[in-house]
Amino acid sequence: MAEATSMPEIKNYVFNFGPQHPAAHGVLRLILEVDGETIVRADPHVGLLHRATEKLAESKPFNHTIGYMDRLDYVSMMCNEHGYVLAIEKLLGITPPIRAQYIRVMFDEITRILNHLLWLAAHSLDNGGMAVFLYCFREREDLLDCYEAVSGARMHATYYRPGGVYRDLPDSMPTYKPSKWHNKKATAERNEAREGTLLDFIWDFTNRFPARVDEYEDLLTNNRIWKQRTVDIGVISPERAIAMGFTGPMLRGSGVAWDLRKMQPYEVYDRMDFDIPVGKTGDCYDRYLVRVNEMRQSNRIIRQCVEWLRQNPGPVMIDDYKVAPPPREEMKISMEAMIHHFKNMTEGYSVPEGEVYTAIEHPKGEFGVYLVSDGANKPYRMKVRAAGFPHLAGLNELISGYMIADVVSTLSSLDIVFGEIDR
Amino acid sequence: MADVNTLLAHVKERFAECIIDATVLLDELTVLVKRERLLDVCRELRDDPFFAFNQLMDVCGIDYLHYGLDDWQTESTTESGFSRGVTSVLLQENPAKPERFAVVYHLLSLTHNHRIRLRVGLSEEKELMVDSVMPIWPAANWYEREAFDLFGILFRGHPDLRRLLTDYGFSGHPFRKDFPLIGKVEARFDAALGRVIYEPVSIAPRTLEPKVIRHDNRQLDAAVDAKEGGSHG
Repeated sequence: MAEATSMPEIKNYVFNFGPQHPAAHGVLRLILEVDGETIVRADPHVGLLHRATEKLAESKPFNHTIGYMDRLDYVSMMCNEHGYVLAIEKLLGITPPIRAQYIRVMFDEITRILNHLLWLAAHSLDNGGMAVFLYCFREREDLLDCYEAVSGARMHATYYRPGGVYRDLPDSMPTYKPSKWHNKKATAERNEAREGTLLDFIWDFTNRFPARVDEYEDLLTNNRIWKQRTVDIGVISPERAIAMGFTGPMLRGSGVAWDLRKMQPYEVYDRMDFDIPVGKTGDCYDRYLVRVNEMRQSNRIIRQCVEWLRQNPGPVMIDDYKVAPPPREEMKISMEAMIHHFKNMTEGYSVPEGEVYTAIEHPKGEFGVYLVSDGANKPYRMKVRAAGFPHLAGLNELISGYMIADVVSTLSSLDIVFGEIDR
Repeated sequence: MADVNTLLAHVKERFAECIIDATVLLDELTVLVKRERLLDVCRELRDDPFFAFNQLMDVCGIDYLHYGLDDWQTESTTESGFSRGVTSVLLQENPAKPERFAVVYHLLSLTHNHRIRLRVGLSEEKELMVDSVMPIWPAANWYEREAFDLFGILFRGHPDLRRLLTDYGFSGHPFRKDFPLIGKVEARFDAALGRVIYEPVSIAPRTLEPKVIRHDNRQLDAAVDAKEGGSHG
């Protein structure tokens, strides 16, 4: 029969994923071309969150842009600041005091845990696991309290400054007050860890945290559904990962042991004892394992920093008043200090002519800042090398040939945040 | 980590006729590459085992239109005293720069753990176009699209040179220095037409902190130190 041999003509179907889709991790418009259930082509349209951060930076004195860095990758705020202040410091030729370097390393690692927790939360939610989402946010709460204690802000800290950090670690933690939901006794229990200094609180957290990571792993690592959704999905070979500019856990998940904290150590990372977890196959599951392991390593680094910081008080900001504003008490008695303060607040400081590229191991990969100065008090050109940018650019290659359901797993395994991709 | 000066010597020796200049500043090697030889240099940098730059970290454009210009002249104050007369750099032209644009590439070698920066100068008079490095590093795809979008630089051989970050139907290249920070059009919903319409911006540009170039002698000394091989931060 003629009808049976001539199949109906089936065309590929093209549809939108996002820009308003909860699994798009922000505002991603993903145009998917499918052949049945199989992805033929994925074309991400980005820029819906483009705020021209780099152009804004060109019109502001150097220090004013630190706050904008928080808003790039808004789940790893202090790491963005770190990349930026390192670039300025390199151009200025200044080195922050050793205590400030330890504080930066400690908060970089706190930020890494914050980032990975949010990633794990969203990744598990995207793959259908609600519980892990809630548990991750429980731990994030404690770390955001550390942010708040040290900078006054829970997210957009603006804590790192060229020449050090804004202020030393506080001696007390904010405490909970009794409310309708928590009576006095319950409140006292909640405040137990908050009686001492910030360092005591962080130390207490690092004692609790490994057991919490075990909890997440209990729920996911050997979970049958979890493995079905992630094992052998979104595989990328080490050669392709390198060629496409992948960095961070995306590269380590494919088995390349590359970590800037070890390879090109900045601040005091060369004094820290930690390991670099790597994956084998480069699929979503390996990237999950790498990130979970990185949280354990970050925990180790934080403990080393806390031990050092407890024993070594000292300045946290350089005393070069051309760059750092003088202490307020000094301004009351010293004319010189007041002039410095005035110039610093109205004009900022001029940075010698030149260009630098500084890179740090951001939770998502290599975060680089390329800074060109023409000798003025504002950057002439700033370019942020966002870690997630090449990862999303490689999405087409990662998901072509997989099924529609795998798009969500793969996309969330990239750990993308549109604040930094769109800038 | 390979010493940057060894790298400099090798680059100078190997690419003598492909490059215009190579300098080390603040422990970073910058190579100014002839535009027509970019692909040769890049291929060699990736494939030669001595260089092995297997990763392209970043590509970006720069517009040098206002380089070295400032709003507030501080040099002539000894004779005339400070003035509040601020001339916005936006109104000035920079005559000194023959090549207004540049494309900058940052490469990284995972094998040898070293970095290099390549720069290609471009001018509007000639042709605002450079060869795409996508055949060498596929990572260049979106970076080149971004540089095209923001600066209007064309990349020869790029398979899909569409705008990346700006809106659908956007006109102009916003990161050029003569593109105003406030933009050119603003959007609002028009109730009569029942859709979003674009109109010329209604706000005026303003400068809160003037751009000032100051020459600090301590920093000049530091820069000299850095050039002579001292390392900072």
